[in-house]
Amino acid sequence: NPKPSIRFQEEERGRSPATIPAVPRTTPSRSNALTATSLSTLTWCRHDDLKEMLDSNKDSLKLEAMKRIVAMIARGKNASDLFPAVVKNVACKNIEVKKLVYVYLVRYAEEQQDLALLSISTFQRGLKDPNQLIRASALRVLSSIRVPIIVPIMMLAIKEAASDMSPYVRKTAAHAIPKLYSLDSDQKDQLIEVIEKLLADKTTLVAGSVVMAFEEVCPERIDLIHKNYRKLCNLLIDVEEWGQVVIINMLTRYARTQFLSPNQNAEAASLAKRKPYVMDPDHRLLLRNTKPLLQSRNAAVVMAVAQLYFHLAPKAEVGVIAKALVRLLRSHSEVQYVVLQNVATMSIKRRGMFEPYLKSFYIRSTDPTQIKILKLEVLTNLANETNISTILREFQTYIRSMDKDFVAATIQAIGRCATNIGKVRDTCLNGLVQLLSNRDELVVAESVVVIKKLLQMQPAQHSEIIKHMAKLTDNIQVPMARASILWLIGEYCEHVPKIAPDVLRKMAKSFTNEEDIVKLQVINLAAKLYLTNSKQSKLLTQYVLNLAKYDQNYDIRDRARFIRQLIVPTEKSGALNKYAKKLFLAQKPAPILESSFKDRDHFQLGSLSHLLNAKAVGYQELPDWPDEAPDPSVRNVEVRGTPRREKRKEKVEKPFYSDSEGESGPTESADSGESHHGGASSRGHHGGVWGRAGMWWEIGSSSSSGTSSSSSEEEDEEEEEEGSGEQSEEKEGEEEEEKRKKRKEKGGLRKCPLCSSRGLPRPLSPMGWAWWPMLSCGPWQLLSPAFGAVRTYELLHRMAGEGLSVEYCFSRRPFPGDPHMVAVQIQISNNTDAEVKSLRVSEPKLLAGMRIQEFPEIESLAPGDTASVVMGIDFCDSTQAANFQLCTHTRHFYVSIQPPVGELMAPVFMSENEFRKEQGKLTGMSEITEKLTLPEKCRSDHAIVQQVTSAANVGRVPCGADNEYRFAAKTVTSGSLVLITLEWREGAAAQLTVNSEKMVIGTMLVKDIIQALAQ
Amino acid sequence: MIHSLFLINASGDIFLEKHWKSVVSRSVCDYFFEAQERASEAENVPPVISTPHHYLLSVYRHKIFFVAVIQTEVPPLFVIEFLHRVVDTFQDYFGICSEVMIKDNVVVVYEVLEEMLDNGFPLATESNILKELIKPPTILRTVVNTITGSTNVGDQLPTGQLSVVPWRRTGVKYTNNEAYFDVIEEIDAIIDKSGSTITAEIQGVIDACVKLTGMPDLTLSFMNPRLLDDVSFHPCVRFKRWESERILSFIPPDGNFRLLSYHVSAQNLVAIPVYVKHNINFRDSSSLGRFEITVGPKQTMGKTIEGVMVTSQMPKGVLNMSLTPSQGTHIFDPVTKLLTWDVGKINPQKLPSLKGSMNLQAGTSKPDENPTINLQFKIQQLAISGLKVNRLDMYGEKYKPFKGIKYMTKAGKFQVRT
Repeated sequence: NPKPSIRFQEEERGRSPATIPAVPRTTPSRSNALTATSLSTLTWCRHDDLKEMLDSNKDSLKLEAMKRIVAMIARGKNASDLFPAVVKNVACKNIEVKKLVYVYLVRYAEEQQDLALLSISTFQRGLKDPNQLIRASALRVLSSIRVPIIVPIMMLAIKEAASDMSPYVRKTAAHAIPKLYSLDSDQKDQLIEVIEKLLADKTTLVAGSVVMAFEEVCPERIDLIHKNYRKLCNLLIDVEEWGQVVIINMLTRYARTQFLSPNQNAEAASLAKRKPYVMDPDHRLLLRNTKPLLQSRNAAVVMAVAQLYFHLAPKAEVGVIAKALVRLLRSHSEVQYVVLQNVATMSIKRRGMFEPYLKSFYIRSTDPTQIKILKLEVLTNLANETNISTILREFQTYIRSMDKDFVAATIQAIGRCATNIGKVRDTCLNGLVQLLSNRDELVVAESVVVIKKLLQMQPAQHSEIIKHMAKLTDNIQVPMARASILWLIGEYCEHVPKIAPDVLRKMAKSFTNEEDIVKLQVINLAAKLYLTNSKQSKLLTQYVLNLAKYDQNYDIRDRARFIRQLIVPTEKSGALNKYAKKLFLAQKPAPILESSFKDRDHFQLGSLSHLLNAKAVGYQELPDWPDEAPDPSVRNVEVRGTPRREKRKEKVEKPFYSDSEGESGPTESADSGESHHGGASSRGHHGGVWGRAGMWWEIGSSSSSGTSSSSSEEEDEEEEEEGSGEQSEEKEGEEEEEKRKKRKEKGGLRKCPLCSSRGLPRPLSPMGWAWWPMLSCGPWQLLSPAFGAVRTYELLHRMAGEGLSVEYCFSRRPFPGDPHMVAVQIQISNNTDAEVKSLRVSEPKLLAGMRIQEFPEIESLAPGDTASVVMGIDFCDSTQAANFQLCTHTRHFYVSIQPPVGELMAPVFMSENEFRKEQGKLTGMSEITEKLTLPEKCRSDHAIVQQVTSAANVGRVPCGADNEYRFAAKTVTSGSLVLITLEWREGAAAQLTVNSEKMVIGTMLVKDIIQALAQ
Repeated sequence: MIHSLFLINASGDIFLEKHWKSVVSRSVCDYFFEAQERASEAENVPPVISTPHHYLLSVYRHKIFFVAVIQTEVPPLFVIEFLHRVVDTFQDYFGICSEVMIKDNVVVVYEVLEEMLDNGFPLATESNILKELIKPPTILRTVVNTITGSTNVGDQLPTGQLSVVPWRRTGVKYTNNEAYFDVIEEIDAIIDKSGSTITAEIQGVIDACVKLTGMPDLTLSFMNPRLLDDVSFHPCVRFKRWESERILSFIPPDGNFRLLSYHVSAQNLVAIPVYVKHNINFRDSSSLGRFEITVGPKQTMGKTIEGVMVTSQMPKGVLNMSLTPSQGTHIFDPVTKLLTWDVGKINPQKLPSLKGSMNLQAGTSKPDENPTINLQFKIQQLAISGLKVNRLDMYGEKYKPFKGIKYMTKAGKFQVRT
């Protein structure tokens, strides 16, 4: 048989013997060795054709090969020997091939570390790509390759990505953190730094992922959460569902360490002479912001909120979670299983909570057994004096079920009800006794065991039952039941003096054939009878003990020896003999039947450990409430009005980020987000349950009730919390003040003469802009805006706005008051027949770092009239739309302004030499070159300049060469240079070069200019 | 979080494995097989199994076990909910989720799984985004792909992941703009022997199929929103608006989705549209039993009851049944002891009935339980709770969409104890 040798070879090469193709029949004359080699070449051959396909030039062949390889991996077959052939294709142009190569690489890189290194440079290149999705995917694959040598590269990439401009890339960075940590836990300290930075991120996209990283790397560093606590609470509702689960679980733990228990015992408190309990406003914030998530469609989110309320909320408020949990019971059976486990634990502590939903736990014959048993557990926990009769009637139907495991559990449940509720003990007992005549032996046996426990509570009245049970010994075979009966008779032999010896006689007869537990009880019975009724049972006892002496089981032999010494008086027997009766027939406490879910709530509910009732790996203990509240001020976030300039200085001091090639912008955008949002944004969310709706989603609602109600709600809440700590009041006061200041600033703006101009502005003459603040950095003078044809965009269509139509254009004038804002001219016309009142901007929903300076409120706009106003938007040098609501006195319209990339800059003046110098600094990655053909009408100097300046707000730079055009500008927010060179070669051919450290802007600009020139 | 995923079919073969961290040997599934053996039926396999080094969390759907391997503490519902989401995604991609389908599309399946988790943490679970990343296979596309060698992977970058409405694809275009809503209510009930209701509840869902161009913004209002007691929403629904005005306002995902599910408040009495008269008798002495059931309408609001199906699990002692239905067809499986009677429509003039006798195993005593009867039925154009949609409006786009609303009432877990 050639098989073993082949297998051996195979295993040397790969791992799984399953890769061997069906063994072809070989002639027996061939030697084993020969067969083996020919076979292994066979497998090699098969892989050879895949290799050939991978080496070919055709993408379709490569794709086919990769598909076959991935199918092999999916089936668990080994394809590791193809590694060199596959890894070559990592830079393939075809996206699907590339993706499949990634899949392969991530699977096998660990096994082929040296070869895997070949692919690293591709990803490093990808990390610098102007497209955020490519940067993200490069980081994702790079960090998934589990090769220890590249740890430093991964660390660097994560650090860089953590300050990327795109929140998506930052999210990917957060995902990469636990990957790196599992590869090399020595990096912990550095990773914590990154986590700290990302925790400060203001975007919902990042929040869930970074908290997940926090939980895996440094769950003990609860201090990192303080400053971000309120932000996390406020963002929570907009985070994606999986992130919500992780954040809620983490915040539960956090709250347990930082707040006082809301359910303090009043007496205990008065004893300790404590101040009356007042809930921390932050504690309240968490409860309030998680509550709407009970309505999530995701069962895990609902469960997370439920456990949060169970562990953190005051008793009176926990009830809200019951309805949501009961809703989950209509989901898949696996979900039911987990939810019921948790309900079972909760229902012991807080029975009242689930009582109204009693019927939802009724059992259907189609439920799987494990669900039935859990429901039974809950029903038993919920039973009380008032509902017990209904529950028992339900139980009666269950007892007749065909599912015997379930019937057994029901009998146990009846037993528990009987012990807990004295009123029904007799009824239950009678019911159980009736079951003793059931045809199913399992049912009878279970009943016997339960009855035994019940009888122990009041044996005197039930000698009839004991007699009845004694008769059962003839028929019943289940050892546990037999043992129970024997114990009962022995224990209460005085109640059945005539029957007991007879039972012993029968048992002695069958002793040798009994199970061990039964034998032990027979000995037990014999001993007790000997002590109470030695006349009748002396010989029998002797007989049983003799049999036991030679039993195979040493426990039984030991027991027999021990009992004989104890009860049978001999001259040698000691003092114990006198007390034998007391020893054997002492009063025994009745067993307490209690739920297996009792006290399981010391595990955090909803956790795996709770479900298993054992600590799982990596479980974070839920801490007890502190006795004294820790300092609540640690969560205060100062309202930061620090000027941007300082920020930038800081960055210069940290050369690591700013040196990073090309993308220095990102750090900034992340940072600036902090500085501008500050306290204001966290306030903004405050009242809005389900933030989305509150912020900018209210569209075309017939009344403004949405927002107004939210604010009134907020006030209510605040009133509720009044007196709940002066400190917070003060803080809010401060914030109010801050707001007022801002409003004043706005008020100042209202007097701006721009606002009153009517109709869309024609490009203004470049005069009178002396007050245009100079962009601070750099020696170049800012030019007056260049003008082409001004394009207008529609903000609100007449139909959608119900008669109100709004258009906007970029006036290319500097926005007065803030040089970092782009001025947007808005023209509003009222086409209705009624007056439109109090037109204003409200509730902007902006990405991190973006700011908006609203135009002053327009008091009223007569029918047919048109007004024109200017607002400023700081787009943070990105083309993301600014979303806000346009409100009238009756309606809200959701609108958004998305700037073309060319409007994000302002022209600068520089000489040809300066231009060259700057261009020299911005080469390599910062330079984007594209070839184009100029159409007929665009071949004059004038037309070219006209088109370029219309596409982007740039200024022309003088140029010595004839066929070259140069333009320069700076981005409005960060002031990075954008240099454009257009070289017109012979005929229609031309070449466009854009140099800018903002690669994203560069790439988009090239596209826009080419499009403008092609028109 | 989630380490690996194994797909196991009914006969215990692992036919797909996927690892998101280092590889976990498939031998870990032996623990699962042990548990499977211990459980008599597939649905009794415990969803959480603890092994020395791993924890196995599984869901059972479409006769496939989806077994996730985890190593550290994680909320079990997190994993279970995710696995169900995986199954839903497969169903969405391939129409049905079966072993054959998964094997045929193994590469797409693998690519989808790759996108859904990153390092075991969910990344993209919204089917609209996934479809942008990896196009679902269609017959046409398969043919075209084999000829041109083009691919299933979307060549545009999935911008949806970055958008503020992550559930909606960008650049949606249709020539016919349509929005259909199905209001489907299910009655869960337990009826006792005498025909009185032990418990009855109405569960409803609104499933939508929206094919609208651009970024439409819809509002849906009800005539009687107070009926809805406990609701859970698709993430697209603006909760605030519901709280204040009881109006559903949302930018819908593209294609099929569940807009909301609700529960009708318990105060309202539930109308039970059918009754079952039964007479099932096992006699102690003889080996013959009598079996007779009749199904009839009750409180149907004048609508016909269709698609009636009666199933009943008979006791083990029943060897065979000889029955005659007045309408429809019936089957008794002597192995599983399951009686199925496909009734069809109920004609109130001539009530359908099924009569006959049962052969019991000789010598054994009569079973102590009468079988429960499970009922399925459908009533078109009726929401049994009385819920009515008032109007549907669209903002944000200029075309006139075609709108449709359909009501249906079905039996959920409808059980009659006998």
